Amino acid sequence: MKLVKFTKKGIYCIPGKFYLDPWYPVDYAIISHGHADHSRWGNKHYLCHNDSKAIIKHRLGQDISIESLAYNEPKNINGVQVSFFPAGHIIGAAQIRLEYKGYVVVFSGDYKTQSDFLTTPFEPVKCHTFITESTFGLPVYKWKTEQELQTEIQDWVFKNQQNNRTSVFLGYSLGKAQRMMSLLAGVDDIYVHNAINHLNNAIVNSGINLPKTTLLTPDFKKADIQNKIIILPPALLGSKMLKRIPNAATAICSGWMHIRGNRRWKGVDAGFAVSDHADWDGLLQAVKATEAEKVYVTHGSQAVFSKYLNEIGIEAHELKTEFGDEEMAKEAADKKETA
Amino acid sequence: MKDFSNLISAIEITNKTNAKIDALVNYFKTAPDKDKLWLIALFTGKRPSRPVKSNLMKSWVMEITQLPEWLFLESYSSVGDLGETIALLLPNPQNTIEKPLHIWVEELINLKPKTDEEKKAYVLKAWNGLQSQERLIFNKLIGGSFRVGVSKKNLVNALAKLSGIDANQLMHSIIGNWTPNSISFADLINGTHINYDNSKPYPFCLAYALEKELSDLGNEKDWQVEYKWDGIRGQIIKRKEEVFIWSRGEELVTQQFPELVTAIAKLKGNFVIDGEILAIKDSAVLLFNDLQKRLNRKNVTKKLLEEVPVGFYVYDILELDEVDLRTQSMQERRMLLETLFQQNKNDILHLSEIINFTNWNELDALRNHARSFNSEGLMLKKKTSLYHVGRKKGEWWKWKVDPLTIDVVMIYAQKGSGRRSSKYTDYTFAVKNNDTLVTVAKAYSGLTDKEITEISKWVNKNAIEKFGPVRTVKPALVFEIAFEGIAYSKRHKSGVALRFPRIKRWRRDKTVKDIDTIESVKALIQTS
Repeated sequence: MKLVKFTKKGIYCIPGKFYLDPWYPVDYAIISHGHADHSRWGNKHYLCHNDSKAIIKHRLGQDISIESLAYNEPKNINGVQVSFFPAGHIIGAAQIRLEYKGYVVVFSGDYKTQSDFLTTPFEPVKCHTFITESTFGLPVYKWKTEQELQTEIQDWVFKNQQNNRTSVFLGYSLGKAQRMMSLLAGVDDIYVHNAINHLNNAIVNSGINLPKTTLLTPDFKKADIQNKIIILPPALLGSKMLKRIPNAATAICSGWMHIRGNRRWKGVDAGFAVSDHADWDGLLQAVKATEAEKVYVTHGSQAVFSKYLNEIGIEAHELKTEFGDEEMAKEAADKKETA
Repeated sequence: MKDFSNLISAIEITNKTNAKIDALVNYFKTAPDKDKLWLIALFTGKRPSRPVKSNLMKSWVMEITQLPEWLFLESYSSVGDLGETIALLLPNPQNTIEKPLHIWVEELINLKPKTDEEKKAYVLKAWNGLQSQERLIFNKLIGGSFRVGVSKKNLVNALAKLSGIDANQLMHSIIGNWTPNSISFADLINGTHINYDNSKPYPFCLAYALEKELSDLGNEKDWQVEYKWDGIRGQIIKRKEEVFIWSRGEELVTQQFPELVTAIAKLKGNFVIDGEILAIKDSAVLLFNDLQKRLNRKNVTKKLLEEVPVGFYVYDILELDEVDLRTQSMQERRMLLETLFQQNKNDILHLSEIINFTNWNELDALRNHARSFNSEGLMLKKKTSLYHVGRKKGEWWKWKVDPLTIDVVMIYAQKGSGRRSSKYTDYTFAVKNNDTLVTVAKAYSGLTDKEITEISKWVNKNAIEKFGPVRTVKPALVFEIAFEGIAYSKRHKSGVALRFPRIKRWRRDKTVKDIDTIESVKALIQTS
């Protein structure tokens, strides 16, 4: 059954005549979530989950042609039934399910199987073909639970406060910043960078609740933010603004921080393995739960993960995509917004 | 072991020396004495021998996790550290074991003679009782060294801050002859086991790189010119029949150079001399690369002593028969030094030769010729100069020979270790050989962190292999590499060997079409 094919522009649904997260402009793009490497400029029409709509419009322009659906709300496009299922990645992130003449393909987008305090929890979807990400597709990646992370991160803030230090967290404006807010809610005042504040406003205005934050204006008074919590996009590491923050203790929040070499590389005060992607066990569980007869593995450790799946009896193939540039694309988006 | 584990986390994440020292001081304030002693022992290389082979540990992890070997190895090459890979792969612990550092170390020492089954039972129980970071520390205690970015100097500075005792004295104390079971912490740092008066070094006097025209230095007759050598700058102390060798990094390196100690001990008189430790064979100075084989060895084997014998080129004398000479002029000190040499003939000490010249314009040719006998260039010292503490502008200048450079293309990349374990930092370079490429050098330093990050991303995208630690990349990134010398070599496929190659800069403006050819590289042999 040839329901999708992999083209230069992205994953294409043949009968449906639309693309999934295309990386070059197309007529009809179905978007899994708002990150810059999945949701790109220049498409004539966009379809996404309801909670992604405000985010995508905020990033790509208010005048784009965009419609949205709830989770598990089917839409027929040229005979293909399209529906979204929670991916647990960031607000509004969806797995895209395609059904045509009884054959089902699911494109995972980016996903996380562990629940957090913010997103609709990941839901496994049975299918014939599963296209999965593999960002952290090595068995060394094993995340802590959200409660464990919360304790660890809040303890770090308390310790900083005892030492008269301001806690600064670096994380992408979209996704990581809101996740950090949810982990830090109620500890102390949270100040956020302008780029994060804009996104927060877009999210809140679309009817989603977020923990309360204050905008960190460029002319902030040191006394106001001393010992408080600040969230900045990673592009600001080493910036003048960061240097002006009094007694800053800086932490990077990323799944890569799970590895010591990565923590040490950045020269910050702490690294927390807060990831919005599935860890090794999460990837395996997700793949098994789909009961798919064929698995395509995209961005990340596609060679390793697909080899392992084949060894445990699940037919898997590597798929070269341009989602791999995630870090760079996100950094670029952050830079644009912080500029 | 939680406090020790927290200490390691705190010192390895920061690249600020003061933060490392503060973390050490805090640890020393609260830890039990025995733990402190073991920490000092471990950080200064007094590590007990490995009780469990790493292959055994690897097989136990594969058994517990049911992972295939290739996936274990893939994880290892991604993480870059075996102890950490094991710590991360194991399932979460079901128990909690809390024991102080010294108990762990002592148990591991006792484990050494046990059977493999007993070892397995002990190690698995420990793994199942420790959180990931503590597991890593436990694995490090078993095997590898602690590469956490704490030098002996940092350790000594922390102890100095804690106790108010002079840092050089502490250096002598911790290097001295002691074991954690033979001394108390107080006695160790107070140095009851050493005689510091005999070993006390002077701060080194250092030179600036020449930044003006020679003619601006004034009259040629006022200057003493010598060759500059690329070894370990050292201070040799002989007082009351005891010999000590200090490196410029203020580390006591006496034990690393037994032939120097034996030779010096035979000399008459008490003195402190300044010079360069060099690898010297058949009266020719070898390269720093060769000397490196002799550094930081726990045991200096007979074979190594024969392979890379060392000698000492003496530049200066700082003390003679308990008299501090540093406020006398260079010229006066040189006379005393020459007298000392006349009284003491031996094959291991060499008096640094004074170059005869009458006009500044003779020196450039001499400097350029220096490379042919492995000298780095020239040193220019004012004859009236005192032996200053540290750097003082205007009296001592170093005038180094310019390195040779070629443009090469990267063909392989490999991850580094320690802080660099997550990035591709070690590269293999090639030049053109007709229509193909031929490897000429491997190098790893000289780039900024930002460049390394960018190149690592590029390697990830452009690697031809998908598995294993070495990535073959498409030949596209061009670098200018610098090196100190070049010679024909039968051992190398390219037919040439470069001496001390390092990356000078990333040539983003050049493509693989612009790199050197093996012919143009060989042409450098004639001209250098």
